Amino acid sequence: MRKSDRFLSGIALASALLLLARLDADRGSRAADKSIAARARLVAELDLTDLALFTEARYTRHPSQADRHSAFQDHPLALDHFPTGSLVPAPGRDQGRP
Amino acid sequence: MRTFLRRQRYLIDYSLSALARRPGKHLGLLLVYTLIVFLLASVLLFTQSLRREAALVLAESPEVILQRLVAGRHDLMPLEYLDRIGRIRGVRETYGRLWGYFYDPAARANYTLMVPRGLDIPPGEIRIGFGIARARGLDVGDYLSLRSARGEPFSFRISALLSHETELVSSDLMLLAEPDFRRFFAIPEDRVTDFVLAVSNPREVRKVAEKLSLALPDTRPILREEILRTYDALFGWRQGLVLVLLAGAVLAFVIFAWDRASGLSGEERREIGILKSLGWETGDVLRMKFWEGAILSLTAFFLGYLLAYLQVFHLSAFLFDPVLKGWAVLYPDFRPVPYVDGLQVATLFFFTVFPYTVATIVPIWRAAVTDPDAVMR
Repeated sequence: MRKSDRFLSGIALASALLLLARLDADRGSRAADKSIAARARLVAELDLTDLALFTEARYTRHPSQADRHSAFQDHPLALDHFPTGSLVPAPGRDQGRP
Repeated sequence: MRTFLRRQRYLIDYSLSALARRPGKHLGLLLVYTLIVFLLASVLLFTQSLRREAALVLAESPEVILQRLVAGRHDLMPLEYLDRIGRIRGVRETYGRLWGYFYDPAARANYTLMVPRGLDIPPGEIRIGFGIARARGLDVGDYLSLRSARGEPFSFRISALLSHETELVSSDLMLLAEPDFRRFFAIPEDRVTDFVLAVSNPREVRKVAEKLSLALPDTRPILREEILRTYDALFGWRQGLVLVLLAGAVLAFVIFAWDRASGLSGEERREIGILKSLGWETGDVLRMKFWEGAILSLTAFFLGYLLAYLQVFHLSAFLFDPVLKGWAVLYPDFRPVPYVDGLQVATLFFFTVFPYTVATIVPIWRAAVTDPDAVMR
């Protein structure tokens, strides 16, 4: 088998796997519909506003409820000391808080 | 057409042999390249999945939340404000929420305590999320002892655990009865944490928010669309998590491509000179080098992307665990819901394969247009 044939077969196989990943994502997404609905139901029942992803500080636990200066919550020059602070950006101007 | 295809296959054959002549260098290159694509693709897949999940789940969050601010900080909301809100036209329903945070020194974790409106929980009992149960090793029927705001010990019986499949929103939740909540935090009867408002006509939400700001100047309305926008921005392309990892990866890639584009090794120059003296045209040399770049970048793209897909959706994104958890003790145990955006894959393909391939062609073109004798010398 020529080298180019081997390479082109590899690319064809990888493309097929890419397509398979897409189909797998669709299947996984459909399978998760029930659990997403359960989460949405709990959000509606309990009037929840945020995901429980970052629980170490109140402004990372509830980013949508935190005020603009929450990263500097202790005093105006206090810098953010939680690692999550580098993942959760401060609310920007475009978020249009009244 | 057939001649063209046959020619390309010969060029691929030659390019593969040329790559195999310097295996160490090219395997190293492929490894770094695959790693960059893997990192970028992992972040993109993971954040896209969370972003979609947040949009679907939080679409059920309250339409308007009204918070009171005192000296720039949240404060408890007096129930008398309900009467003033009642006079605003368009507001269908208003009620208070009771919730707050509690730091448990035993688990070194923050809990979110909440009084559920729709559920009837008897005093002395609580329902907790799986995160708390895991951190404290608790189960249904066990007792959880906490010290209240006044220093009094409280013992709650766990009547139920919140469903495991809701962990992403309930991991740190502790639901308790209203009298318990008020006694625990010493909150007076005429105060709540904030208000939830339901508006009759969804198109009037902004107008209602404006009226609320005027009627109650010491309050701040937070709309559902703002909650959704916050999460959209949090997991967006240009912010937060993506930015932190993307900046490093892109910088590394730029250095990598620049190094490649900045010049050729003496060996490569000699090779081009020999090929040209053997009768290869400039176009052929360029095509051959294009295939070299394309073989490397295509292989890196496919390997990196497929490995990223496997890591994020089938291995629960274990590589992101330490980054996402930060100092949080109660991290939800969840598997990202697979979601692939075709446009995103195409963008990733374009930004990883295209620049590298072009970067390899430019110096070759410079060498290929010069006289073979001069190049070999």
